[in-house]
Amino acid sequence: METLEKILVNHPFVQGLAPEHVQLIVGCAKNVVFEPGKYLFRENEQANSFYIIRTGKVAIEVYSPEVGSIIIQTLGEGDILGWSWLIPPYQWRFDARAVELTRVIELDGTCLRNKCENDPALGYEFMKRLANVFEQRLDAMRIQLLDLYGKK
Amino acid sequence: MDVMVPNTFKVQKFIKETHDTFTIELKSLETKNGFTFEPGQFNMIYIFGIGEIPISISGDPNKSGILVHTTRAVGTVTKEMAKLKKDDIVGIRGPFGRPWPIKEAIGSDVLLVAGGIGLAPLRPVIYHLLSNREYYGRIILLYGARTPQDILYRKELEKLRSRLDIDIIVTVDRAVKNWTGNVGVVTTLIPRAPFDPINTIAMICGPEIMMRYTIVELLKRGLSKENIYVSMERNMKCGVGFCGHCQYGTEFICKDGPVFSFKEIEHLFGKREI
Repeated sequence: METLEKILVNHPFVQGLAPEHVQLIVGCAKNVVFEPGKYLFRENEQANSFYIIRTGKVAIEVYSPEVGSIIIQTLGEGDILGWSWLIPPYQWRFDARAVELTRVIELDGTCLRNKCENDPALGYEFMKRLANVFEQRLDAMRIQLLDLYGKK
Repeated sequence: MDVMVPNTFKVQKFIKETHDTFTIELKSLETKNGFTFEPGQFNMIYIFGIGEIPISISGDPNKSGILVHTTRAVGTVTKEMAKLKKDDIVGIRGPFGRPWPIKEAIGSDVLLVAGGIGLAPLRPVIYHLLSNREYYGRIILLYGARTPQDILYRKELEKLRSRLDIDIIVTVDRAVKNWTGNVGVVTTLIPRAPFDPINTIAMICGPEIMMRYTIVELLKRGLSKENIYVSMERNMKCGVGFCGHCQYGTEFICKDGPVFSFKEIEHLFGKREI
């Protein structure tokens, strides 16, 4: 069976981190499985997790009373999910629902925050990597907003 | 034969694809030899009394008896086309233009990236690749649509997906809870799409902005510029490079394109003045 460390070390988000930093992160991690339809988190709940999706698919949703749940984006194998654990007031801004059986590595947000605070080198590395994800998601969202396939 | 004189074709079948797209199947009234074309080529379709517009051919290149076009009812001519019925007559000039690089792709993985109605000009490529399956590596179709209701050729895609020799990944820009597929722009599918970047030919068709960002992602994955092909769209009128309406820098889209490698048009691509 693959250890958490081995899985993490091979993930693009973690790849290239110093071994001691990987060790620090592994200390905050656990394996979790979500059945289809189960929520990883819901809007306004306390945000204290950072997820690395190993397999499956997760829908990021926002609820509208008129239409019900609207899917904003889906994430899949290898994607990372959730940064509200990093930004006060540490509350989820959206719902995240497992569309299919989803296996994730869940990292404890408080644990990660404390380790990043105590080790600025780790904190900076972590923020650089997260900034890449922010950029990709922001770019994708901007293109999505263009409604490219709508009538001109 | 005068390339400016349309041949008459009769509508054999009208298929409503989505709320604003449709397919017409046409049969020549003038020849029994059928209509041959290469994937990526287009015809000028003349709706008598209304006007003439360029539309890519979206049928099977191996079936010369029937000419197939899919389009969206969006302008004066296409809105009239949307009213066509069986046995109506239309004028056809073509086929025109440079096709997709299906010969150059032999021995390589083939990545097709389509956005919206951009799937229609790539459909002949899919037919060709699948009927010559042994000559190609992996075949991957990444398709982005606006909503699940806007997915073109949905039943056909579902059927193709059941084959084990093609990967079809569909995503939509927006969806509600009952949709179990992907949500997000088509470019987000590229980082993990299953192809070998150093041995892949990519063919992209869709709105120009979508193609621009798709190219950015493909270059990040390591594809070379000469292995990325796009189908360009401009105001084509004559179809043979006489009128100059579709001039694109030193090229004419109708004659030198519509398919270009990114390497050929990189200096023009995304320029606002052109």
